[in-house]
Amino acid sequence: MQPTSASKGRIVLVHLYPREMSIYGDLGNTRCLAARIRRHGYECVVHDHHPGMPFPQDAHLLMGGGGQDSGQSRVEDDLAVIGDRLRGLATDGTPMVMICGMYQMFGHAFITSEGVELPGLGILDVTTRGQSTRMIGGIVLDTEWGEVVGFENHSGATVLGPDQAPFGRVRVGHGNNGQDHTEGARTDNVIGSYLHGPVLPANPAVADALITAAAERATGRAFEPGPIDDSLADEARTRQIARLRARGTGKLKDTAVH
Amino acid sequence: MLRTSAAIAAGKALRYAARLRGGGSALPGLVAERVDPQLLARTLAGVPGGIVVVSGTNGKTTTTKMLAAIITAHGKRVFTNPTGSNFTRGVLSAMLGEIGLRGRLTADVAVLELDEWHALQFAKLVTPTHALLLNVARDQLDRFAEIDTTAKLLATLAGQTSRVVVLNRDDSFVFRIAETLQGKEIRYFGIDPEVADQVPALHEADVRFEDDSAPPAPTPADGLLHPVDAHDFTIRFGAVDQVGPLSLRQRGLAAMVNATAATTMARAVLGDAFRADATERALRAVTAPFGRGEVIDIDGHPLELVLVKNPAGFTVALGTYGSEPVATMIAINDDYADGQDVSWLYDVSFASLREHGVAMTSGVRAYDMALRLDYDEVLVEQIEPDLAGALDAFLTAYRGQPTRIFCTYTAMMALRKLLAARFGLAGFAQEGE
Ligand SMILES: [Zn+2]
Repeated sequence: MQPTSASKGRIVLVHLYPREMSIYGDLGNTRCLAARIRRHGYECVVHDHHPGMPFPQDAHLLMGGGGQDSGQSRVEDDLAVIGDRLRGLATDGTPMVMICGMYQMFGHAFITSEGVELPGLGILDVTTRGQSTRMIGGIVLDTEWGEVVGFENHSGATVLGPDQAPFGRVRVGHGNNGQDHTEGARTDNVIGSYLHGPVLPANPAVADALITAAAERATGRAFEPGPIDDSLADEARTRQIARLRARGTGKLKDTAVH
Repeated sequence: MLRTSAAIAAGKALRYAARLRGGGSALPGLVAERVDPQLLARTLAGVPGGIVVVSGTNGKTTTTKMLAAIITAHGKRVFTNPTGSNFTRGVLSAMLGEIGLRGRLTADVAVLELDEWHALQFAKLVTPTHALLLNVARDQLDRFAEIDTTAKLLATLAGQTSRVVVLNRDDSFVFRIAETLQGKEIRYFGIDPEVADQVPALHEADVRFEDDSAPPAPTPADGLLHPVDAHDFTIRFGAVDQVGPLSLRQRGLAAMVNATAATTMARAVLGDAFRADATERALRAVTAPFGRGEVIDIDGHPLELVLVKNPAGFTVALGTYGSEPVATMIAINDDYADGQDVSWLYDVSFASLREHGVAMTSGVRAYDMALRLDYDEVLVEQIEPDLAGALDAFLTAYRGQPTRIFCTYTAMMALRKLLAARFGLAGFAQEGE
């Protein structure tokens, strides 16, 4: 499980706002990426970026999670400061996975239920509207990395711009807005998604796609994967997909009781 | 009064029927509630010594049990909902067992455990005289959605309480509620600030933010916990009064904090009648409630059942039990009562299990649990989603050794049933919601 031979290179993983924006187990994505990078034989440095801190010089892979409204308001000022850097990295092909709240902030705008428009970073061509009903439940997607399973929990309804590719097509669950069967967004190596779960541990193909791009950026060489036994992840994923599919391909009944 | 009698009769008949079937405790209350929604209000209005509501994310059941025991030890008759069915209906169900058809409850004090949301529903019908607010942590997130929302629910409950609100001075979500309160007596419980730095944190730092707010300096009405060692502790009120030193039957710092909360509230409820010796006697004798470190005798060897339901609770449980490693099984289900989103397992560190590994993971999400442990480099010997198969294999492999099972709510209910059948434990499967 531990890398035995000399490191194939050093990959810097930046976790954006681990205190404010890391709810519903999103920290698990960082744990998963770091562990897999090491198991592939690379050295991994995890850099926690907090509001007000200088953004690291090297950043090969970025992770951001969901938060509560109070958490989002705490990171807005910092995002304005590092926004240009993030846009530059994204255009340059840096892999990023942004979940829920950070996905929304990577879009053009968030329009509150009162109609106030809060601008986002504009890295993904998506617009989100606040609404009173939450979209909650198990979710299954078809993506270019195969079937992906997770748990969505969001009240914002997101609409993709005309040329924006989704992260996946919804097979079970709500997705971006409960209407058009899209889930998340993807531009270059930036993935935005509502999937908690956390999404990466049970869907290692997505994790390795991000790591592949990160390794190439960090080392200038093609990714050299190490042997990883993913049988636990495969069992967890396929069993959960089978359960969710058996419950029906339509939208899952909302779990909120109130 | 005719309507009340009909409601009580209907509820009582169902309660009896449910008992015969070995069914749950909330259904009879539901029927009575349909017949007469004011029944709860009218009946509890006659309780002279106070209506105490205990709420918060973790430790409600333990604290309620301790508080009821302390007040009982002072010679008072206490009405409580001891089954852990912390819904308004559960309170009604418990009440139906204790009242005559006239709807009179022969109790001096009511001590009721209610979750954050149901506490508010309850307060719409009945004004609590006292509220004890324990903590706010992430739990059942698919229900309350945001921890800030949960904190607001508790603040509203405190606002609706008529006399005394007791707050946790170590939880910023809870002590900040004081800012919103007017015209009520506020007391606090917590770990003595003088020793707080030697005590491990009981909640997650990542959902709390550093800010300028701090609880006020303790007064003699506030209960401060002084842990002596892993077992003994003292609760101090000002410079003179104290309860203890004593030790509980239930292990761990969390239980000591619960005892401090219960004792602080008992002093508020009992006033001059409060006695330290009676309190110590009650606390020493109180047993762990359903699923909070219960110990079952399996052929002369202890099997501990530990209920886990949220990151803070699981982290505390691992801290409490991890220091004495035994063969460990973890059973995770994802029904509504367990929390349908198993993401929370990634907000718990399982590093304390690394040295000895985990013998078995089970439940509907057995593979997700094993995967989680794999990412913390914890070795898992066996994975068996079926609870019956897993329990048998686990107990067979570790026969004659102490064992421990961490489990979510519905997994625990299923395991209790299995254990009751295997080892002839009468009534063991009946307890609980
Ligand atoms: Zn979310």
